[in-house]
Amino acid sequence: MNEPTLPLALAQRFAALVPHMRELGLRLLRVEREFAEAALPLRPEFLGDRERGLVHTGVVTSLIDSVCGFAVHARIGGLVTIATLDLRVDYLRPVRPPQALICRAECYRLTARIAFARAAVWQEDPGAPVATSLATFMHATRSMHEETP
Amino acid sequence: MTLAEARRAVRDGGDFGALLAFVPYAEWLGLRLHQRDAQAPVLRLPYREALVGNPRLPALHGGVVAGFMESAALLQLLLVLEQDRVPKSIDFSIDYLRSARPEDSYAACELTRLGRRVAQVQVRCWQSEATKPVALARAHFLLAPEANATAEHLQA
Repeated sequence: MNEPTLPLALAQRFAALVPHMRELGLRLLRVEREFAEAALPLRPEFLGDRERGLVHTGVVTSLIDSVCGFAVHARIGGLVTIATLDLRVDYLRPVRPPQALICRAECYRLTARIAFARAAVWQEDPGAPVATSLATFMHATRSMHEETP
Repeated sequence: MTLAEARRAVRDGGDFGALLAFVPYAEWLGLRLHQRDAQAPVLRLPYREALVGNPRLPALHGGVVAGFMESAALLQLLLVLEQDRVPKSIDFSIDYLRSARPEDSYAACELTRLGRRVAQVQVRCWQSEATKPVALARAHFLLAPEANATAEHLQA
């Protein structure tokens, strides 16, 4: 079970080919069957409130969407085409630079067509998340038969 | 330039960039004011390759669409309310209806709830066909109480 179903190096090569992940500077740290984890170093252009020096929530949302996608890929065991159906994010704490954001996402339920994922984002302390999220994806895996529709 | 000055400038037909400068991320994404309307402005996100999330389809990154809509909601609040500070996001929820193609995107917002402390904004995002939205979203924001804003202004 601890054996990754999607090699980290392959996932990292994939991330490097996605223009917006490259633009954000997303760094995949771990891809296991149970979860995916990535870091996002913060930059001045990520601020959403220049005067108070707070990071924009759109940066957090982009990170979550990306890492949830990798969690789904990891659970499926391949880089299939997926599409986000919906995503909800709760912004629990403001994000202040410089500490990088860490996002951990898990796909906690996979059916023949749908993947359910949840994610948490933190800076220093995983016990004090800055955001938590739920997301639902469609996936184009035809060989999955975990559930008969 | 203060937020109030930037807001006044945009309302008077001046440079939208003055307001955008308070939200660096929206500036970084490349947001533009497409349709000047005091209550319901339309914002535009010009396409560029760096916004792509799926190079095979190709499609814009889901996070780009979300970030664009969150930025649109925030800028709408900055434009229509008299806030002296940028409101804080409480939560955000988005439904993706179609994949966003590699082309310009537009967003329009509706201020669906305006309380003393909390505002809710609903956002619609579309591309070439306004009747076929690519995503719908809503966001809650925490507003700065006016009393505090005044007090801080007096201290300044």
